[in-house]
Amino acid sequence: MRAWMKALAVLLALLTGVAVADTVERTLDNGLKVIVKRDARAPVVVSQLWYRAGSMDESYGVTGVAHVLEHMMFKGTPAVPAGEFSRRIAAAGGRENAFTSRDHTVYHQTLQADRLELAFSLEADRMVNLALSPEDFAKEIQVVMEERRLRTEDNPQALLFEALMATAYQTHPYRHPVIGWMHDLQHMRLEDARDWYQRWYAPGNAVLVVVGDVHPEAVFDLAQRHFGAVPARAVPLRKPHDEVEPRGMRSITVKAPARLPAVYLAWQVPRLTDPANDWEPYALEVLDGVLDGHASARLTRALVKEQQLAVAVASGYDPVSRGPALFMVSATAAEGKPLDEVVAGLKREIERIQREGVDARELERVKAQVLAGQVFEQDSLFFQAMQIGEWESAGLAHRQRRLRIEKLRQVTAQQVQEVARRYLVDDRLSLARLEPLPTEAAAMRPAVIHLGDGHAR
Amino acid sequence: MPARGLMLALALLLALPAWAGLAIQHWTTAGGARVYFVENRDLPMLDVSVSFAAGSARDTRERSGLARMTQQLMSLGAGDWSEQEVAERLADVGALLSGHFDPDRAGFSLRTLSSREEREQSVGVLRAVLAAPRFEAAVLAREQARAIAGLKEAATKPQYLGERALQAAVFGDHPYALDESGEIDALARLARDDLVAFHRQHYRASNATLAIMGDIGRAEAEALAEALTADLPPGDAPPPIPPVRVSARGSEQVIPHPATQSHLFLGLPAIERGDPDFFPLIVGNYILGGGGFDSRIMQEVRVRRGLAYSAYSAFQPMQALGPFVMGLQTRREATAEALRVVRETLEAFLRDGPTEAELVQAKNYLVGSFPLRLDSNRKILDQLAAIGFYRLPLDWLDTYISRVEAVTREDVLRAFRNRIRPEAMHTVIVGGQPDAAQR
Repeated sequence: MRAWMKALAVLLALLTGVAVADTVERTLDNGLKVIVKRDARAPVVVSQLWYRAGSMDESYGVTGVAHVLEHMMFKGTPAVPAGEFSRRIAAAGGRENAFTSRDHTVYHQTLQADRLELAFSLEADRMVNLALSPEDFAKEIQVVMEERRLRTEDNPQALLFEALMATAYQTHPYRHPVIGWMHDLQHMRLEDARDWYQRWYAPGNAVLVVVGDVHPEAVFDLAQRHFGAVPARAVPLRKPHDEVEPRGMRSITVKAPARLPAVYLAWQVPRLTDPANDWEPYALEVLDGVLDGHASARLTRALVKEQQLAVAVASGYDPVSRGPALFMVSATAAEGKPLDEVVAGLKREIERIQREGVDARELERVKAQVLAGQVFEQDSLFFQAMQIGEWESAGLAHRQRRLRIEKLRQVTAQQVQEVARRYLVDDRLSLARLEPLPTEAAAMRPAVIHLGDGHAR
Repeated sequence: MPARGLMLALALLLALPAWAGLAIQHWTTAGGARVYFVENRDLPMLDVSVSFAAGSARDTRERSGLARMTQQLMSLGAGDWSEQEVAERLADVGALLSGHFDPDRAGFSLRTLSSREEREQSVGVLRAVLAAPRFEAAVLAREQARAIAGLKEAATKPQYLGERALQAAVFGDHPYALDESGEIDALARLARDDLVAFHRQHYRASNATLAIMGDIGRAEAEALAEALTADLPPGDAPPPIPPVRVSARGSEQVIPHPATQSHLFLGLPAIERGDPDFFPLIVGNYILGGGGFDSRIMQEVRVRRGLAYSAYSAFQPMQALGPFVMGLQTRREATAEALRVVRETLEAFLRDGPTEAELVQAKNYLVGSFPLRLDSNRKILDQLAAIGFYRLPLDWLDTYISRVEAVTREDVLRAFRNRIRPEAMHTVIVGGQPDAAQR
């Protein structure tokens, strides 16, 4: 407990110190929310523009369109031709990219702090003026299909995860992969991307998060200057999506070229909706830490080290999301160990907690790690901005994230046992198994051919 | 609150210009370990890395995997503590211990809260891990089985197959050709005595480089460095890595694989740490294939033709000559076209060099992004560790910008032509069209 008090004091000191300040927030007239956190440890700033539009907002036939539009956002406007966005940021010594997830699409730049205006001017321009030419689309959709081949088609673990999602979610759009099904990509049209852009890329559907060596008032002025002129636009009504209550265990098998069998277990669990009053999501976070929080936590100790049923195990739970959450456990079998034994071993560890609970030392250990993690995460500007964006995107006020430490501290051993009993049960479970197919090619010895002089041109 | 007001005023007065240099403090411990230290009190945390010339370049074919296995087992039981206790003692204070390993370097990084109790406990664990690993036989047997399973699994993946084949072709009989994780038959032969001997020969203070970054003063940092290295085995640092021989002729191989994409890898030995041509090569490579969408390879392969998601070139400087590599992944039927495009892009660059506009753009990026390389404790620690291990000058970072700015088109062209001869380039295609090799 003493360590807790001390670390809390340290965190409070950080917030009142000179180098790092709390966030300041303002909403422009057109609805764009701007959140600024000053961190002056280095003369650098991170800017992230979060659009609350991800693959969960897609419908059948156009899966992957959120991500395709993300690619097209680099294809230029009348004022900033294709490729110029990246070129201008690079010329200023900046780094930039974007990513699409189930919940949102995020465009981000990292620059020397006094060059933030460049990022704002370019982002504001492409929020309304995107050109979207058929020629660029024809090539870019090929690139996206290559991305799908690289990341998913030829990656057995990714195929397994994709199958798990399509199984664990029956009615919620989380069942679609973010990159889209290949069939939908093959039939994607420029109009699909344009519709998406016109529907979701409105200032009122976005949050601009800025963290770095900047002063909030100056950032608000810059935001007003560049984003202020973007007209407000209504965002279409969002129909609520839900996942049907599970009525028994679901199971799927994927066969793909690999050597070792692997398995995912995923249970439907609550997500964080009321940070001040919820307790179950915090208890599930602690459970995750007890199972897999360090190099010799329960799952690794039991399955990898003692029983040697698996070569690798992991658990995972993210309480912050727009859609329904899963608590996941995964394992890769050791050579010659049947997957059924691995699954039984994983379930034994869950059942042990359901039956016996967790001990006080384990609980304290997880809490110590949470606390240290809270300090360590301040080392990365990008990570700090990510946390703010994740919370806002999930419909939570980012300022409530500060409750997290205290709420996690209050979690009791009984609560950890209780959420394990309540949620980690077979009726809420989806199970995905990877059955390896042989890759004869992998066993072949490559032949080395020495080339003649004609090789180089 | 006058004290705080005064502090604030002082802090504002002391606000520094964009780049004021990194105050690197350097000394050598009593046992001969070299220490590189930056004090920074902004966050109540401390990062420490300890590196040894004990990477896979110290392996032999007969014992391939010994270096990696030694490093891996060091944190799985040390001194008074079992592997379970090592992990728990770290987690109890929220500390993170991670290993790092490559052909040149092996070692550990510790991230801990800087408060005394937490720091002393985590540093105590690291001290035991470095000097008193147990190398328990049962743990070794388990980790051997895991490593072998991992290699067999990896051998189903086109990325691994391609990188391994290229590494073998580029480095021939040099130890850089060895798989960092070892070979299956060699791993199976490793015995506890091998690990004990490897540790005794390589994990010596004379062979250690420490980087320390964060919330600690000079006197404490000195005491920390002495404590971490005091129990290390005595003796001299190992001999330098033998020079890499660049073969006059390249090679080409096609590895069959059922994947939907072909993976293309090209490379040859090209650059060492502290290389006099380092700056012309990195400036040129930004233009050729290192600068993402700003690079010619990305423009030709992805933007103009939609052939790949990722396409790149890179220099990987190492103690001895490290590789220049190029690569991409494309649908099988486009293999020959993609290979032709990447080769032609390289050949055009070697023929004509960069344009003046490209050179300006590359320099603007490398100069302008310099502060981004040092914007966190983690990044500064990594810079310190590299400067220390490779014995780069202490003003390496201070002169970085001016040395980028001094690069001319002629420098780039000369450096590239010296280092990259297309006829010496090795090519590996995993998957692919049957006739890709003939183009």
